[in-house]
Amino acid sequence: MNGYLKPAPIKKKFFTPGVIVLCIIAANGIFFLAGRFLFGIGKVTNLSNQYPWGLWIGVDVAAGVALAAGGFTSAALGHVMHREQIHAILRPALLTAMLGYTFVAIGVFVDIGRWYFIWHPIVMWNGNSALFEVGICVMMYMTVLYIEFLPVVTERFIGRVNLKGFLSVLNKPVDRFLRFLDKWLGLTMFAFIILGVVLSTLHQSSLGTLMVIAGPKMHPLWQTPILPLLFLLSAISVGFPMIIFESILAAKSFGYKAEMDALSMLSKTVAPLLGIYLAFKIGDMVIRGTYVYLLEANVQSIMFFIEVVFGVIVPLRMFLSPAVLKSQKLLFTASALVVFGVLLNRINNFIVAYDPPYKFSTYFPSFGEISVTVGLAALLILIYRFITINFPVISITNKDFVLNTKYTVRG
Amino acid sequence: MEKHSRRTFLKTTAIAATTLTSLPIKKLRASPKNILSDDRMGVLVDTTVCIGCRNCEWACKTAHNMPAGNIDDYKNKSILKNMRRPDEHALTVINQYDNDQNPMLPYDVKIQCMHCDHPACVSACIVGALSKQENGSVVWDTDKCIGCRYCMVACPFQIPSFEFDKALNPHIKKCDFCFDRTKEGKLPACVEICPVEAITYGPRNDLVKVARERIKNNPDRYVNHIYGEYEVGGTSWIYLAGTDFSNLAFPKLSNNPAPGVSESIQHAIFAYFVPPISLYALLGGIMWITRRKKSVEESE
Repeated sequence: MNGYLKPAPIKKKFFTPGVIVLCIIAANGIFFLAGRFLFGIGKVTNLSNQYPWGLWIGVDVAAGVALAAGGFTSAALGHVMHREQIHAILRPALLTAMLGYTFVAIGVFVDIGRWYFIWHPIVMWNGNSALFEVGICVMMYMTVLYIEFLPVVTERFIGRVNLKGFLSVLNKPVDRFLRFLDKWLGLTMFAFIILGVVLSTLHQSSLGTLMVIAGPKMHPLWQTPILPLLFLLSAISVGFPMIIFESILAAKSFGYKAEMDALSMLSKTVAPLLGIYLAFKIGDMVIRGTYVYLLEANVQSIMFFIEVVFGVIVPLRMFLSPAVLKSQKLLFTASALVVFGVLLNRINNFIVAYDPPYKFSTYFPSFGEISVTVGLAALLILIYRFITINFPVISITNKDFVLNTKYTVRG
Repeated sequence: MEKHSRRTFLKTTAIAATTLTSLPIKKLRASPKNILSDDRMGVLVDTTVCIGCRNCEWACKTAHNMPAGNIDDYKNKSILKNMRRPDEHALTVINQYDNDQNPMLPYDVKIQCMHCDHPACVSACIVGALSKQENGSVVWDTDKCIGCRYCMVACPFQIPSFEFDKALNPHIKKCDFCFDRTKEGKLPACVEICPVEAITYGPRNDLVKVARERIKNNPDRYVNHIYGEYEVGGTSWIYLAGTDFSNLAFPKLSNNPAPGVSESIQHAIFAYFVPPISLYALLGGIMWITRRKKSVEESE
């Protein structure tokens, strides 16, 4: 491949019937969100002293971080290892990670009881706490992601700053500032890209350390000292399937052809990564002898079975088959299964596996909790759509290839 | 692709190695900051003496400015049969369990925070809002807490509770060992009011000796087990009982400090920031090499 595809804003209208449905779902979520802030967490959720963490931590935060892993895995492959073939998907992956982490932060903000103290970890440190590590790393990584996205903003506006009215005197200074920023970012971006990868490996694994301290309160099928390793490996394996999943979905939604060259390049890496993850997961089960719990036939064993078979083994088999890698439909299915598997794994680790010694009822998320989670996800998709329509993020295959454009080299 | 999988392999083996080498149980240690005083205080709860009068429940609420009601309302003993847990409205509760050998003498068990010597909540707290004091108390700081409830996830005894119904300023509620009272030389409220001296306040190390003595002198009355002497590395509150503790709904826990494994992993990954910085250097090296390779290819 000699040239790059140049990312450009998608020329589509924002509103479609599907977008309006998403708006309604988001509005419903915001309604319950308002209830949480006005009347307290207890009024909206089914959380209790027995089950202090629920859907919001399991899905919005833990699964959110895992499914945003495409940002750092693609940066590692595209920028650190200079695989040019995947450059077309770098910006969409970066945008997903940036929005994903933003919504993780929103999820934390919603879930913690004293949201106005969310800044406390910056000044009040506890180096023993896995949660402190996760919190600090996520904050830093989010900043790095925004910095990595800045070139997209400068590219969009350099030479096009057009403020109206009396503000027009600022046009020149703003343009000059953007050019300065762009130049400065060009020189330093490599440091941020590496930092982003390091921060990701750190907090993706520490997210697994979180539940280690729960000890016997967590079902033995999931409770293991190698949880941080399993979390890191699963995050690395879900990174590319997530990119494939959303790239095909976005292409369908906007009605263009998915960037199959880059996607098939990515898809070849999935099977070995998933294989390593599966090997550690099964190996850990054998060494600790926890397979005995599989025969219990309760919620935990069934959920574990679904997670491993449909979320890891089936997609692993699919990614090993050349026929799957060639077919967009099968590739989409296989990727969706991996995404489903990791989502379910995080739900299992944080909700299903959590089995407190004293309980008066079991936990199932309330309608309000589900509304907020689904609503925030809908909001994320809407913002993704808005940004891809207004900023040069997605590369569409067309005839005028632009050779080695300055801006395409970077995220 | 070869490079990518090799990097992944290197990274995973490195992390696996640090994780695994950090696991020998003997080396497990809790927070280095948590230096335990030899004079730290404790309480010995003798469940064979407790009569389930629930005066301690009333005294506790009164001492903590919580709605306590009239002490006479606590005479209702039927409530003892339903399992209750300490929560945001009551920091200590008594539960009653049947005595098969002597149905007239059921077992009454007062429960509250155990004030662990190596508390999981203190280790877990994201901002260090929970701390182990020199006198043995594990206390909560309202000025720091962000309400994340990780302490509740971490506690092996399922003690901290949260005011889920408060939109503003919800508190984590748990027994604070009457920290404000003991500071002034007073007894903890529950100890002071107990009419039968079922709960004894004193230096923990002495209380362990007292408990051993009681077991030795009354081998028929007690099972030979001081709950809390070794559980999760030792707790400030220790218990004596006439039946196996599992019959009294005490959790069966190992003798390793609850935060031990998690802290070992945490400190292995962050050992003086060596692993993160090495990874940064490694990635930087790969970036530089692949970039050079690329520019060489392009110039050819």
